[in-house]
Amino acid sequence: MLLTQTMPRPALIRQLDVFDWLFAALLWGGAIYAFNLYGAHMDSYEKGFLFGFAAIFSALGWAWKPIRLLLLTVAIFSLLGIADYHGNLARAQSSFFLKYFLASQTAIMWMSVLFVLATLTYWIGFAARSEFAEKVGSALTWSALTMGIIGLLVRWYESYLISPDVGHIPISNLYEVFILFSIITALLYLYYENRYANRQMGAFVLPVISAAVGFLLWYTFDRQAQNIQPLVPALQSYWMKIHVPANFIGYGSFSLAAMVGVAYLLADKGILASRLPKLEVLDDVMYKSIAVGFGFFTVATILGALWAAEAWGGYWSWDPKETWALIVWLNYAAWLHIRLVKGLRGPLLAWWAVVGLFVTIFAFLGVNMFLSGLHSYGTL
Amino acid sequence: MRFAISLFTVLAIASIIGTVLKQNEPYADYIIQFGQYWFTVFAWLGLYDVYRTPWFVIILAFLVLSTSTCIYRNMPSMLREIRSYREQATEQSLRHFHHYAEFATHGNPLNLLMRYLDAQGYRYKQVHNNDTVLLAAKRGSANRLGYLFTHSAIVLICIGGLLDSNLPLKIEQAFGIKRLETRDIPESQVPAVSRLSPDNLSFRGNVTIPEGTSADVVFLNIADGYMVQDLPFRIALNKFHIEHYSTGQPKAFASDIVILDKTTGLPLLAHTITVNHPLTYDGIAIYQASFGDGGTHLNMDGWNLFAHSGTPFPVTGAVHDKTELAAGNTRYTIEFTDFRPFNIENLGGNDTPQHDTRAVLGGNAVADKKNLHNVGPSFQYKIRDPEGQAHEYSNYMLPILIDGRWYLLSGMRDAPNEAFRYIRFPLDPERTLAGFMRLRGAMLDPALFPEIAQRFTRSVLHGSDVDAQAKLADSTVKVLEMFSKGGYKTLSNFIETKIPAAQRDEAAQTYLKILELSAFEAYGIAQQQAHLPPPKQDDETGWFIRDSLNTINDIFFYGAPVYLQLATYDEVQASGLQLTRSPGEFIVFGGSGLLVLGVFTMFFVRERRLWLLIKPNQVLFAMSSNRKTLDFENEFLLRKQHLAEILKEN
Ligand code: HEM
Repeated sequence: MLLTQTMPRPALIRQLDVFDWLFAALLWGGAIYAFNLYGAHMDSYEKGFLFGFAAIFSALGWAWKPIRLLLLTVAIFSLLGIADYHGNLARAQSSFFLKYFLASQTAIMWMSVLFVLATLTYWIGFAARSEFAEKVGSALTWSALTMGIIGLLVRWYESYLISPDVGHIPISNLYEVFILFSIITALLYLYYENRYANRQMGAFVLPVISAAVGFLLWYTFDRQAQNIQPLVPALQSYWMKIHVPANFIGYGSFSLAAMVGVAYLLADKGILASRLPKLEVLDDVMYKSIAVGFGFFTVATILGALWAAEAWGGYWSWDPKETWALIVWLNYAAWLHIRLVKGLRGPLLAWWAVVGLFVTIFAFLGVNMFLSGLHSYGTL
Repeated sequence: MRFAISLFTVLAIASIIGTVLKQNEPYADYIIQFGQYWFTVFAWLGLYDVYRTPWFVIILAFLVLSTSTCIYRNMPSMLREIRSYREQATEQSLRHFHHYAEFATHGNPLNLLMRYLDAQGYRYKQVHNNDTVLLAAKRGSANRLGYLFTHSAIVLICIGGLLDSNLPLKIEQAFGIKRLETRDIPESQVPAVSRLSPDNLSFRGNVTIPEGTSADVVFLNIADGYMVQDLPFRIALNKFHIEHYSTGQPKAFASDIVILDKTTGLPLLAHTITVNHPLTYDGIAIYQASFGDGGTHLNMDGWNLFAHSGTPFPVTGAVHDKTELAAGNTRYTIEFTDFRPFNIENLGGNDTPQHDTRAVLGGNAVADKKNLHNVGPSFQYKIRDPEGQAHEYSNYMLPILIDGRWYLLSGMRDAPNEAFRYIRFPLDPERTLAGFMRLRGAMLDPALFPEIAQRFTRSVLHGSDVDAQAKLADSTVKVLEMFSKGGYKTLSNFIETKIPAAQRDEAAQTYLKILELSAFEAYGIAQQQAHLPPPKQDDETGWFIRDSLNTINDIFFYGAPVYLQLATYDEVQASGLQLTRSPGEFIVFGGSGLLVLGVFTMFFVRERRLWLLIKPNQVLFAMSSNRKTLDFENEFLLRKQHLAEILKEN
């Protein structure tokens, strides 16, 4: 009868289709296979990570379907790339497949190109009101995201090929975290695009990713930053693996919110308003994004404190990076208070979100460039 | 509320100051940086340790206070909210809701509606009133708990932090119970008023332990002084290790330590601590914080730069130690400050190789590892004259190949914040420093000038007339004299004052030529005096002579009576440990957990309420939420649509 048919949101489990179950089975199967193969070499953290990953990603794939295809593609191509190395780093130059497609540096260059193309395409779609162009923009963004993740995963493997003691997760310096930033921001954006069935925001969000890509290219060609470097002792910690990604979910969300804030301000002034989503939608995305960012940034800062307690002998040392994290956090706490407690809406909050981006950028880059401290990575 | 946000702002600004101004540096550095006046102003404001100044702590306390009162004020109503279904709502009030709809019905839809609410995860209460039934429903009340969790967490974290701060010590200082020690005296002589007992609740201090020694105190650096914290045990350092990657970057720092019983001296625990892997013993956490030299023994060849001898004299010393040196009738003190067993340098393609090793070390992702080389040990020392003036030197032990020729490098600077300026001592064709020192001796010895001039004149003017020879010899002696008094500078001064502008370039060329060729003769004489074979007339010697002239010139600005060449060393390392006791840590971490729980509850549990007033032929429907979001608007529309369908079917 009708009651069961029109359930707007029945429990998640009941919405699952065959592909969802297949996807989860594949993930868990993979995790168990890996465990059988390498379990003997893993410590308890690593076992936790392995199965935690399977659990988190089956849930993510169920909650947001496109994740399934993304993960599958990434898995297939990263494994292909890794297998193609035959354990020999020099094959990055000799194998056609690696050299032009899957070697980490190549994959990351593909990612960069695709992100820039996606930005242009979104803008063409935006300017010409062409839904087709916007769809192409989406597809390009998805492809860029795929290549970026493949690049990072293959890079991870390559670092072990250099020497087992050099091997480490590729989120350990400014070069690597810029890739992470681009990927996470794109993923968050695609989620909102999907959720709100609206592609016009792409024209605003993608430029911030393109800017990151621009920096990445400069850093590569001017500074040869793409070289894989071994980890300094301070970074050899499990905390890094969760502290850094959590931080970048925060940074990515805040950037996204700021760019949507720009769109909001324009629309509010009547500029391009007819092409942009309604103000309420922009406002909602901005709020959600800041809320998600704030949540993860809180987690990241706490993880940082836990790490600091282990590495530096104190959970809080007023190191410039820590202090700026606190400033960013206070800034968004104030933003949320104004909105939730005072019920304020409108351009002021959008302006504030935009200013927030500058505070965030300073915490992310400025501290490394202008201030000194214990955070040992990311000197320009 | 507004007050809380103003406090946020002040805190943020104060925090920014703390990040821009380097905290807890030696006061002398601040005076150099700001000058006496601003130094005093900033010191008065407490800007050198912003996060512990009374005003900063007071603002924090206010924040805790205002958050606590906020909780206190909001808690009762929030708890009531969580429990309440707001079943008192009247038809009147429902009609005034912004999110409101009404439906015409026939029959009694109560059961259907209850099933609908159940299926949607709403909990509800029924209120029967004559012929009407009110269903007051709600979902996600836990959202309010989020508020309580978040704000209590903030209070907890701040309290934990306060427990671990040095507030009690500050208070004791204010009342004169404890006093900072500012003198540079041995630890054992620090008076009780500057010592803290082992059962001090919380502290964070540092101690440097040389290999083979032990310590039972740590030092708390506060403002321009320090205090001594006695430990309940003794720590001995057996060995400090550094492991390196093949690229030269450090891979691991580790200290093999033993905890000893303080009274009996018996070992209690042996352990190796590394970065990221501290040891907690007796409630005190011990961290690998830094490392340094623990008093390496140095054996050096001293080359006297005042008396010009071709043989060195032996000098011995140890890092962190001093030795005296007499030169002429002045006594100098040499203070050995550091020793590094290796230096990884970027020697590739750079015109001006940078020799501050710290810039190259440290795993910089940008370093171009192809050009990195270990150039061997170096050591540093200060030479202080009787007036207390000192220059600082940094010498490499091994010769370094630059442009195909070998040099010993010695860096000099006048102040700690300057970069070292390097001077290159050229090695003679036998790869020793003696040749240069002999040549320099000859070039600075006026008694030899006539002889040098004669040999030079003969070699260039053989067979010409005596007059010309005498004239050239004269000029040569004059050039040598000038050079021996102040290097190229004296020569160029002479040219500028005595020679018409038009001929200066030519004169300079001539003088340089004379200098170079007569230096070759001087080298011949020096070799002869040392009973060594005469120099070859080849390119190598030519470069050696030219380099030597430059170095002799540079030595006029070297500022030291001696150049110390490291011959052998016996390395002793030291490990810098940080020890902390922080009882507030668990409160802070507990608070952090609560904070995360609270924040996610607030964001991801959405509270909404829904009322259905069922009248004989009509159903009134209203919704509300404490968050007016798009999701809520959408949910309202969806519910309205569902209800319309349910009620129509009914
Ligand atoms: C260090 C101080 C404080 C911090 C870090 C802080 C943090 C937060 C955070 C993160 C939120 C979550 C916003 C959300 O629900 O999305 C929040 C909400 C809120 N805060 Fe604070 N807060 C602080 C002090 C205060 C004070 C002093 C007050 C009272 C005047 C206050 C009143 C509120 C209220 C009423 C809410 C909204 C609760 C709700 O609507 O569910 N906060 N706060």
